Amino acid sequence: MLDYISLATQFAALCFALGIVICTIRIFKGPSPQDRAWGLDAMYVNCMLLILTLGMQFRTSWYYDIALLIALFGFVGTAALAKFLLRGEVIEP
Amino acid sequence: MTTAIPFIPSLIIATLLVIGGIITLIGSLGLLRFPDFTGRIHATTLGNTLGTIFVLSASIILSWYLDDRVFFHEIVIVIFLFITSPVSAMLLMRSYTLRQERIENS
Repeated sequence: MLDYISLATQFAALCFALGIVICTIRIFKGPSPQDRAWGLDAMYVNCMLLILTLGMQFRTSWYYDIALLIALFGFVGTAALAKFLLRGEVIEP
Repeated sequence: MTTAIPFIPSLIIATLLVIGGIITLIGSLGLLRFPDFTGRIHATTLGNTLGTIFVLSASIILSWYLDDRVFFHEIVIVIFLFITSPVSAMLLMRSYTLRQERIENS
C-alpha cells in the first residue's frame, strides 16, 4: 500500500522550505525595518510548521516541545523588535 | 510502516497536510509579491494561521490513530499562536504608521 502520509509530509516540508527561502529574500530586500521584522515573524512560523511535519514524518512525539518553544521565543523576539521600532526602547521606564 | 493506519484516515491526513502546505506557500508568496507593507502583513497573517490550523489538525488525527500520547501540545500551540499572531501584527502595524506620520511631518 502506498504511504500517503509520507508523501504528503514531504510535499508540505517542500512548501515550508520554499516559504523560508521567500522570507529570507524579504529580510534581505525589505525597504523598511518593519518589513524585516515581519519577515522574521513569518520565518519562525514556517520553521515551526517544518519541524511539526518532520515530527509527523518520523512518528515521534519529541518534536512538539521544540515547536512550542520556537513559537514562544519567536513571539518574544517579534514583540521586542516591534517595541524597539515603536519607541526606541524595549522596556519603557 | 510500523503501526498501520487505516486507508480513509491516512487519506484525510494527507489531504489536510497538502492543503496546509499550499496555503502557507501562498501566504509566503504574498510576502514576496505585494508592493506595500500593509498588503504583505495581510497576506502573511492569513496564510500562516490557516496553514497552522490545517497542519495541526492533521497532527491531531495522526496522534489519535497512533495512540501513544494525548494531543495536548497541538491545542496549546494553536491557542498560543491565535493569541500572539494578532498582537505582533498590531505592534508592527502601529510602528509602521507612526513612522509614516513622522516622515510626512518632517
